[in-house]
Amino acid sequence: MLDKILVAILGGGLIVFIYWFFLGKKEKIVRAKDSLEILVEGGYKPDVISIPLGEETTLNFFRTDPSSCLEEVVIADFGIRKLLPLNEKVSIILTPKTKGEFAFSCGMNMFHGKIVVS
Amino acid sequence: MPPTKQNFLIRGMHCASCVQLIEKSLKKTPGILEASVNLATERATIVYNSEECSIDNLTKSVDAAGYKLINEPSSVSNDDEKKEKERELNDLKIKAAFSLAIGGLIFWATLPTLKETSPSFLQNFWVQLLLAAPVQFWAAASFYRATILAIKHRNANMDTLVTIGTTAAFIYSVLVLIFPAFFKGQGLTAEPYFDTSTIIIGLILLGRFLEARAKSQTSEAIKKLIGLQAKTARVLRGSMDSFGFAQDGQVLSSREEVDILIGEVVVGDLIIVRPGEKIPVDGVITEGLSSIDESMVTGESMPADKKAGDLVIGATINKTGSFVFRATKVGQETMLSQIIKLVQEAQGSKAPIQRLADLISSYFVPIVLMTAIVTFIMWYILGPVPSFTYAFLNTIAVLIIACPCAMGLATPTAVMVGTGLAAQKGILIKNAKALEIASKIKAIVFDKTGTLTYGKPKVTDLIPFDNWSQDSLLQWSASIEKSSEHSLAEAIVNEGKTRGVEFLTLSSFEAIPGKGVKGVIEGRQVYFGNRSLVEEYLQGDPLRFSLASQRASELESQGKTVMYLVIEKKLVGLIAVADTLKESAKETVKALQNIGVSVFMITGDNQRTALTIGQMLGMKEENVLAQVLPAQKEEKIKELQKNNQLVVMVGDGINDAPALALADLGIAMSTGTDVAMEAADITLVNKDLKSVVATINLSKKTLQTIKLNLVWAFGYNILLIPVAAGVLYPLFGILLNPIFASLAMALSSVSVVSNSLLLKRAKI
Repeated sequence: MLDKILVAILGGGLIVFIYWFFLGKKEKIVRAKDSLEILVEGGYKPDVISIPLGEETTLNFFRTDPSSCLEEVVIADFGIRKLLPLNEKVSIILTPKTKGEFAFSCGMNMFHGKIVVS
Repeated sequence: MPPTKQNFLIRGMHCASCVQLIEKSLKKTPGILEASVNLATERATIVYNSEECSIDNLTKSVDAAGYKLINEPSSVSNDDEKKEKERELNDLKIKAAFSLAIGGLIFWATLPTLKETSPSFLQNFWVQLLLAAPVQFWAAASFYRATILAIKHRNANMDTLVTIGTTAAFIYSVLVLIFPAFFKGQGLTAEPYFDTSTIIIGLILLGRFLEARAKSQTSEAIKKLIGLQAKTARVLRGSMDSFGFAQDGQVLSSREEVDILIGEVVVGDLIIVRPGEKIPVDGVITEGLSSIDESMVTGESMPADKKAGDLVIGATINKTGSFVFRATKVGQETMLSQIIKLVQEAQGSKAPIQRLADLISSYFVPIVLMTAIVTFIMWYILGPVPSFTYAFLNTIAVLIIACPCAMGLATPTAVMVGTGLAAQKGILIKNAKALEIASKIKAIVFDKTGTLTYGKPKVTDLIPFDNWSQDSLLQWSASIEKSSEHSLAEAIVNEGKTRGVEFLTLSSFEAIPGKGVKGVIEGRQVYFGNRSLVEEYLQGDPLRFSLASQRASELESQGKTVMYLVIEKKLVGLIAVADTLKESAKETVKALQNIGVSVFMITGDNQRTALTIGQMLGMKEENVLAQVLPAQKEEKIKELQKNNQLVVMVGDGINDAPALALADLGIAMSTGTDVAMEAADITLVNKDLKSVVATINLSKKTLQTIKLNLVWAFGYNILLIPVAAGVLYPLFGILLNPIFASLAMALSSVSVVSNSLLLKRAKI
């Protein structure tokens, strides 16, 4: 009986931990000045980027993670789907015309990031 | 001029210091703003100011460092990508085959019914450990790497689930092997699950291999378009004179022909193209004539005859004659490059239908992890004996069966295939949203002139009165119309030129908006225009006017536009002009009506003419919107939208750009000019009216595919995760073996991608 109580408590704790670990992340906005390097490794680093309205900003994606999940980056609102070859810098130039938050993700929509236009 | 960014192949590199050397040498060259060299891909990306620095300078700079720069077209990088993909596929294939072979052996030695037929050494659990270890740590290494990197960034994906599931099975098996007594003491059978861990890895790798192979086919259309690009151009260098063709098409020239790489062609270059050759860039023919097959770019199957002054499109094939043309658009400016860019953008965009899948997949993996823990707790507390074994196997099954990939792939793969297929047929779809709207439209408005008709009106009838001849009627009408900008004026002036009439001098001219023109010729007051103009300016002789009106009505009921010539307040004749309907117009209207779409026509023509054309096309009377000035087209679209209909506007994209933009979906019949492509959601570069029907059919089929994919992907996860968790056990005693879970998971994403690929076979 004791083992069952223990499993229930440990399991419950683990669920809370998983929720906090994966879904309770705090956003840290990184402001891009003309250009910004984004490391593609187990996700995007930084994953929340602030770029200015109406100005040209270059996002340089650099993928070091061989996972095929991350081999493409999609910035749908800007009509961009780009292949990110391993260990190669891929530059994406954005000139946002409207303010707002625009999501970006990997090709299979597993890893996410956000572009904040202000 | 903005800086040029270009990618070059570098030969001769062998270590990281080579990279430094080349970058250093390039950065010292005047005009180079940025240079980045990649050893792995043997490529250099150089940003330079083309006014200060030429490709020759770049080559010399790399030469000076002791390496070789090769300027090759972008298709080369596609070859690199292809090789990289092939290498990846090969790697997956080897690992999947190895894991499945090992898994099969272990499975043979553990399955109660088959066990006895296997060699005894295979039944030894330590041998099984030796066999399973390379599968776990070599074949599945990519899962571990991806999981560790993702966890470091507090992310989780497919790999996380596979890693946790298979690692749990493997570690449990190792512990059973080391401490069998402990497990027996807990009432468990001390049997390892090496078969489970290895077969799961093998099947998932196999699924990934099949998925990657199928996925690469979804972008085939764009690769084909990129592959169309010519690699070299034969440019004429030297003086501009002494050039011509002999009768057999041979070029007679003292000028030198130089074969250069496509990247080196500049605007203004004179390029020679011989029969069977590919036209390298866009331009205008300066000498010679030929028949050109443009099907690969525009989808238009009939070859087009071209002569001096006509436009040619890069990547199309010269069929018969030799000609010289002047390059007007090169590099990213060519029509092919614009089409590629548009298709790439469309494939990168998201369809609104994808929103829900996006929302769910962003929470999916953590939710599956939590579900797996709940499964373990429930089975451990409430499950039958041995509860640990049930809890453990069902938890693994939950982790393994979950397939977020299928949800992520459901929409984009279908959009990629759909937009690619459309591009091959000369239908350029700007984004996935346009594709989705096209499948739901209820009303379609065609602009008449230039869309349903050829847009080139011709004089059909000349009816003079009194002692006026047809030629004199045409002479006076053409003379006054020469100063008019109205589209019908061109028809009358052209007819005058064809018949060789002598144009009279016009001493004054004034346009009367919506009615016609007036002017003075040889001191006589002349009016030329429609019925309302005549009613206002013609005085006296009501009998003649009545007879003329009757004749005009007859002509209008044949779909012709009638104009009246009045000289010194006396009606002297009528001229009828008609635009020819395109052969495919009637068929298109009928096909659209057959699929339940209301078809409208919008025109500036008078009611009677418009109605006649409407009738010829089989349209309903109330769907003919006549006497609409260009500026009023938007208003008409708004009125239709008020009836809660999704409205499509089909026009030429130039004078109806505001209406195209206002409609829920704008379709431009265009040659791919920037203006039209900017304003429209869909551009028909093949200029074929039937493509409007094809667009709607294709979008409906793409949406059906997306919906089926989403139902499958959601249904699969919603139904099978609970089954894997064991919800059917209390009632039916059904449990899902983790091996079957991995098989289902491997097949789910493959089926989604394969279903999208089926679109390629769609008849549109």
